Amino acid sequence: MAEAKLTPEQKLAMYHRMLLCRMFEERVYFLFLEGRLPGTIHQSQGQEASAVGICSALDAGDMITSTHRPHSHAIARGVSARSLMAELFAKETGCCRGKGGSMHVGDAGAGMLPAIAIVGGGLPLAAGYALAFRYLKQPNIVACFFGEGAANIGVFHEAVNMAAIWNLPVVFVCENNKYAASTAVEKVMRVKHVSERAAAYGIPGETVDGNDVEVVYQAMVKAGSRARAGDGPTLLELETYRFAGHSRSDPGHYRKPEEVAAWKERDPIARYEARLLAEKVLEPSEMTKIRASIELELETAIAQAEQDPSPKPEDCLTDVFAS
Amino acid sequence: MPVLTYVEAIRQGIWEEMERDPSVFVIGEDVAEYGGAFKVTDGMLERFGRDRVIDTPISESAIVGAATGAALMGMRPVVEMQFMDFIACGFDQIVNMAAKIHYRWGAKVPMVIRGPSGAGVHGGPYHSQSNEMWFVHTPGLKVVIPSTAYDAKGLIKASIRDENPVIFYEHKFLYRRIKDEVPDEDYLVPLGRAAVRREGADIAVITYGAMVWTALEAAAELEKEGVSLEVVDLRSLLPYDEAAVLASVRKCGKVILLHEDTRTGGMAGELAALIGERAFDDLDGPIIRVTAPDTPVPFAPPLEEYFLPNAQKLMAAARKLAAY
Repeated sequence: MAEAKLTPEQKLAMYHRMLLCRMFEERVYFLFLEGRLPGTIHQSQGQEASAVGICSALDAGDMITSTHRPHSHAIARGVSARSLMAELFAKETGCCRGKGGSMHVGDAGAGMLPAIAIVGGGLPLAAGYALAFRYLKQPNIVACFFGEGAANIGVFHEAVNMAAIWNLPVVFVCENNKYAASTAVEKVMRVKHVSERAAAYGIPGETVDGNDVEVVYQAMVKAGSRARAGDGPTLLELETYRFAGHSRSDPGHYRKPEEVAAWKERDPIARYEARLLAEKVLEPSEMTKIRASIELELETAIAQAEQDPSPKPEDCLTDVFAS
Repeated sequence: MPVLTYVEAIRQGIWEEMERDPSVFVIGEDVAEYGGAFKVTDGMLERFGRDRVIDTPISESAIVGAATGAALMGMRPVVEMQFMDFIACGFDQIVNMAAKIHYRWGAKVPMVIRGPSGAGVHGGPYHSQSNEMWFVHTPGLKVVIPSTAYDAKGLIKASIRDENPVIFYEHKFLYRRIKDEVPDEDYLVPLGRAAVRREGADIAVITYGAMVWTALEAAAELEKEGVSLEVVDLRSLLPYDEAAVLASVRKCGKVILLHEDTRTGGMAGELAALIGERAFDDLDGPIIRVTAPDTPVPFAPPLEEYFLPNAQKLMAAARKLAAY
């Protein structure tokens, strides 16, 4: 299949979106250090190309599922920094009205089911969503994000097999960032690539450079076209790396500094920036403007979130049941 | 009026809902050609086709998760667990996904997970459990257990139309042993409402499921001895009908809490706490539990008989309480 041609506007949009993911995470990191946000966070610096490459290949009516590390997925899918920030600040205006927090962000209206922080929990949901797309004759697909750690939970097998036997319009997107919390993938998996497991389900599996946004985009266009055509799921593995620890309390001592440094050489944003500058798609002056506009967007979101009302304590009791 | 068995009533209820609403579909292991292990879905494949009567791999997590995903898209899945014991394999998807979605972000999950539970057929430890309390302790779920064929139809229909995930327990001992007059028209039995199965004056017996019949058997016997039992069938365990429980306790002044489930952490404990908090002054005797012991369900008939509450055990407890 021929590669989809990316226009300069699309390239700039992907760059802008990745930068928004990164700057959002950096800002959030300091908000936590300053003690302004409750709870914990699982950050995604370093994995922006995966989130943005996948989501840029989706249509408006498509859906994504996400994980305990959902901030970049949400931003890539178009959930506003404002509603994300308000949820992180535990405000009533947040995308879960303060009932979820960082690990639950999302907006079904924007095409992202609020994130699912039980590892692997989103895989069968994605299959079910895809089953309903087909029954209702909607020409949409589901992109289901999960980490390589989730490839070892039983429901991975159940859900991928189910989607495979029914040819469901879903793409299973494994972000292999090499560590499940502190556990290196080599310790818990005998195959070199998660994508090799696709053979067990009779579906295509592919491993690509998850730190190259255009490579991710092209892989998703291919897998997405297959799903839309009724040919079933693909297991797409994106090799990437998280620059931060697993969660706020994790300094990441289990990783060698040389390893972290080597992956930082492959920073998806720096790489793409250099390429777009070389292609003259991006001008240095424009870079400054983009950064300034993102900073303004984030500062506005933070200022608004801080002013927003907290949920009323007794709202604890509402929404247990739908009526 | 037609007389239907409990299993026929459930089938008719699901069937009618599938006729009236194309978003209702059935999904589970061996539900299509085979018609389900207990034949609840018999004939549905021929009538509704493969898109709406879906055989699955043996993958309870994926079945429940896929049903939840479909429910989020506005479908109304009716999931069959071949035995309710196997629901443990889908536990995360029920208690962490389906149960919490509306609270987390306001989306509806209209879904029924139904299947056979309960002992008395020598099924042994993995095919006999009454594990309803696993879910009664999970906010966001509803838990329903019919005891009659009439209720089975009305409750399954109401459960399918409910906007929340409903865990629907069918007692396998009752499937073909009881028959009722069941109207072949559309009617609902509301969730969360108990029914008084027999009026009485001396002791309120609060129970549900197959034990309703045990209580009625004991009540008929004890009437001959001049002890009058009132029998309350909870029908729904979550949410449950507090008003009906308290009314019956206040009326009789004495209460026995009866269930087939094991003792510690069972529904009887919850009801005893409610009664202690809200009807303490109305009590004329101790709150008594008649339940299975805290063991797995054994296979050998003498062991299983020892395990299960029955009319004799209930009568013994009632005689003692009546004399208190």
